[in-house]
Amino acid sequence: MAESSSLAEAPVPFPFPPPPSIFHPAPKLKELQHSRPVVQIEFPDGKTAWLVTRYDDVRQVLIDPRFSRAAAASPGMPDTGLGQAAADTILGMDPPEHTRLRRLVAGAFTARRVEALRPRVAKLVDELIDRLLTCAQPADLVENFSLPLPVQVICELLGVPVEDRHVFHEWSDKVLGDISRDPREIQAAFGSLEEYFRRLVAVKRTESADDLITALIAARDDQDRLSEEELVRLCLTLLIAGHETTANQINIFLLNLYEYPEQLERLRDRPETIPQAVEELMRFAQLGASGAGLPRVTTEEVELSGVRIPAGAAVIPAMTAANRDPALIADPDRLDVARPQTAHLGFGAGVHHCLGAQLARMELQEALRGLLSRMPRMELVTPVDELSFKDGMVVRSLRALPVRW
Amino acid sequence: MATWRVTVSDECIAAACCLGIAPKRFALGDDGRSHPTSDLIEADDAVLDAMISCPMEAIGVHDAQTGEPIER
Repeated sequence: MAESSSLAEAPVPFPFPPPPSIFHPAPKLKELQHSRPVVQIEFPDGKTAWLVTRYDDVRQVLIDPRFSRAAAASPGMPDTGLGQAAADTILGMDPPEHTRLRRLVAGAFTARRVEALRPRVAKLVDELIDRLLTCAQPADLVENFSLPLPVQVICELLGVPVEDRHVFHEWSDKVLGDISRDPREIQAAFGSLEEYFRRLVAVKRTESADDLITALIAARDDQDRLSEEELVRLCLTLLIAGHETTANQINIFLLNLYEYPEQLERLRDRPETIPQAVEELMRFAQLGASGAGLPRVTTEEVELSGVRIPAGAAVIPAMTAANRDPALIADPDRLDVARPQTAHLGFGAGVHHCLGAQLARMELQEALRGLLSRMPRMELVTPVDELSFKDGMVVRSLRALPVRW
Repeated sequence: MATWRVTVSDECIAAACCLGIAPKRFALGDDGRSHPTSDLIEADDAVLDAMISCPMEAIGVHDAQTGEPIER
């Protein structure tokens, strides 16, 4: 434990050189996990933070209330890519404000409620595959399957007209885009989404419907449990979080399975193990390129792995590194869909644990089940290193994924 | 003041929302799951917040004397 010397060492420049493949975290993350698990890093703008890479430490940063998201969402703190979408929404709040909003929506995403949606999702998967099979080959899986599936599901759950998907998807893409490029473009897209939901809420106020936005409107109008701005921002957060991550994760899961064909074969032979495989893929897959989670700020001095982090310091939990920590599971850099379940941090932990985790799990399970059973000879047309990802997105987002069957 | 009985079922997946919302009332055990720090507690709204926020609906809160579930 040589960590006491860390303070004297110069901060490590961040972000790190990109990983050589999309299947593993940046080598620097693994190196630091081994040698300097709690280390100061410096962003290009000169801001500094403590990067935390070991499983136990990352888990503590996510759960321990002394690590504040609200303090990290204030100006002057480093940003790992979500900008306003994290700072001005439920993602940038602490209890009790966070709890007040989360309580209002948690019931719609519980395991029991999600299970009730499974037949509907399975039917959507079937219909999308029916249509895909009539397309000319090669066909784009993004446009025909991985994007429309979660978009349809979250639109139905929220009560957003799915016909609007081309409009809001463009804004959603920008909101998750490269913050270093043009912040005004992102602010404009965020503003457009706010305006879209202000209008939608106004329309839905005059109608009755069995959906989450209507329930939130009642919570505001009848019980004054959230402000109009909170209502609008909660809706836009749920819409973005509800489809961008799942859509891209479907693609990333497939890329991983096709990279390790023996794992794909095993899953085809034993489709009943798909839920277990989804957990292993959640642990293994590298949805984000940087590996950095949303920053927290210490509300008091905290010691992690023998390193004293002062009060008021930014701390960045590296979930993807934590999920590859040998302390979590032996041989962590191998994808093994037959592994026993691990307490991975693919959905985070603590108060900001992914609200839609159960829904995402179920959609991913049904997506894999449908594709493996109905398109057993599906092939990826383009080699992985020739695939094109959208620039600077927080999550790895494919422009297209051409397939044959 | 009423006394409540707090339970966490085997459904727990250690998302640990409860530990963030009511850190005095829940802790992770050696089995990796959340457990109440004390089974019997004085009425505490933070525990209800945790119950409602639990993605697995794994947290139970009951009146210790009557056994009735505590309403949200």
